Amino acid sequence: MNKFASIAGTVLLSMLLVACGSNPPVPDEVDSSISGAVVNPVTIDGIDDGTLIDPDSIAGRAPKERVIFFDFNKSEIRPEYLDIITQHGRYLAQNPTGRARLEGHTDERGTREYNIALGESRAKTIARMLQLQGVSSAQLRSVSYGEELPVDPAHNEAAWDKNRRVNIIYEVEAQN
Amino acid sequence: MFNTRKAKPASKVAAMLLGFVGLWLVGISSVHAVIEIEITQGGESAIPIAIVPFGWSSSGSGSPPEDVAAIVSADLQRSGNFSPLNREDLIANPISGDIPRYGSWRLAGVEFLLIGSLQKSSTDYSVEFQLFDVSQQKLLTGFNFKVTDQTLRNAAHQIADEVYEEVLGIPGAFNTQIAFVSVEGSAREKSYKLQLADADGQNPQAMLTSPRPILSPSWAPDGIRIAYVSFENRNRSAIYVQDRQQGSRKKVISKEGINGAPSWSPDGKRLAVTLSYEGNPDIYVLNVDNGQTRRITTSPAIDTEAVWADDDTLIFTSDRSGGPQLYEVSSSGGRANRITFEGNYNASATVSSDGKNIAFVHGSDVGYQIGALDRESGLFLTLTDGALDESPSFAPNGQMVIYATEKAGRETLGAVSLDGSIAQSLSLDTGGVREPAWSPFTN
Repeated sequence: MNKFASIAGTVLLSMLLVACGSNPPVPDEVDSSISGAVVNPVTIDGIDDGTLIDPDSIAGRAPKERVIFFDFNKSEIRPEYLDIITQHGRYLAQNPTGRARLEGHTDERGTREYNIALGESRAKTIARMLQLQGVSSAQLRSVSYGEELPVDPAHNEAAWDKNRRVNIIYEVEAQN
Repeated sequence: MFNTRKAKPASKVAAMLLGFVGLWLVGISSVHAVIEIEITQGGESAIPIAIVPFGWSSSGSGSPPEDVAAIVSADLQRSGNFSPLNREDLIANPISGDIPRYGSWRLAGVEFLLIGSLQKSSTDYSVEFQLFDVSQQKLLTGFNFKVTDQTLRNAAHQIADEVYEEVLGIPGAFNTQIAFVSVEGSAREKSYKLQLADADGQNPQAMLTSPRPILSPSWAPDGIRIAYVSFENRNRSAIYVQDRQQGSRKKVISKEGINGAPSWSPDGKRLAVTLSYEGNPDIYVLNVDNGQTRRITTSPAIDTEAVWADDDTLIFTSDRSGGPQLYEVSSSGGRANRITFEGNYNASATVSSDGKNIAFVHGSDVGYQIGALDRESGLFLTLTDGALDESPSFAPNGQMVIYATEKAGRETLGAVSLDGSIAQSLSLDTGGVREPAWSPFTN
């Protein structure tokens, strides 16, 4: 920008001199270094999500209710979910080789990075409750996606209610 | 960067209302997705200017590859500060070398006249322009560029930058770029792209494509490196720095918990980031070369979204007082001071390059809008009227803020002037666009 400005100054001066006369203005030759946008793309692929869960494995036999919903901007557990969380806590404590990933999510309201933090806070609230029941911290992993992975992409209260959640995902043994 | 020479006296600025809602498509020649730009609100004191189609000469036959005058005209019109005369209303078509008939142009109601020529040689093009002040009957500035097919549009944007600066005394930001994240595909199979486009929405190119979320792009001051958050590893997020020209990328941090909200320091050596591996989300400063981190905040609340106000100062979001508010802290740590008090949700700050203004997401009963705060006077202004506006990012000349918004159920981008008087929207025809980040000046 500075280089450009100084070139501009020189040209401007010579132009003004020319303009004072009656000859049509002809600009000086200026070789400004204009560069276009160069982009070298990167593609990520080969991410494998699809691992079938053996119904007789720890993951396969785990309690079936695996989604906990939250109030707007809150990470406190609603009373109706205490029972479900207790079932998971008991199950993981009884199966110490079982591993669960707690995925925290929010609705789309508010900023994306703040929602990442809010989603983590929700996941960690559940992690703490599970640990109180004797689940080891090594069995649990919290990850927050914030508002990035909505269940329902609509922009209304009904969608938001579904999106404010923690998914309890049992990891398949010998995979991680 | 800021320069107020020749600031235009208000009396000289013709009070012309841009009473139109213009919609046009750009990118017809692009093989990629098309970005539509719509001016939703024009400036009320736009300066009338005549932009004459550039002369064209070529050793062979054929028409010019780009309509340079049209690109300049669209840039200046989009800024809201200029009102280019319609082509059919031009009283003459002078080109470089012609002496303007000042009296006639003055009668046509224009204050400035831009003419030029484009010449094709065997391998490249030569483009020149002259800008005249009609009432003072004098040449203000003129240039000659050597360009290629690939850089002809950049030259046109640079001409628009020159006109803008010459008339308004503020550098133009037309020859810059926007980074943004696009999302396409079904809920089951999504494609996230980190894209770069020219500031007029043209020439969008994906620099990263991933099946998993990408967020929070941040430009290094060199305009070449971009930091962002990627969820490509499903168990843990990571912050990457990618060189857009080389296509090389480096994972700079991936701790347990959150790895988020990267923001480049003005010296291009450090990133402010949000990490939660020590318990809860706090602000850290990461040395990009050696990977060392320094913890800046230690509150038990959520601290995130740090940006640099200058080399030694960070502005970040914290809910330590209840709801999210903006705070200021030294980039070496210490006591943080709250700087927003309007309403109970203020987050995700962007700072103008002169440090005088900040824009941020302001939540209230009517939703989330972009607010701006003048640091000196303390004046607070709501700039937008969407319900879900977020991710504000200042243009490098501090005149506009680009942000993400939602329109008719679709994710689009909006841009608004700092006084809220000029607004435009950008949308992608193939999917949602979000998280815009305006590049620094790249010349």
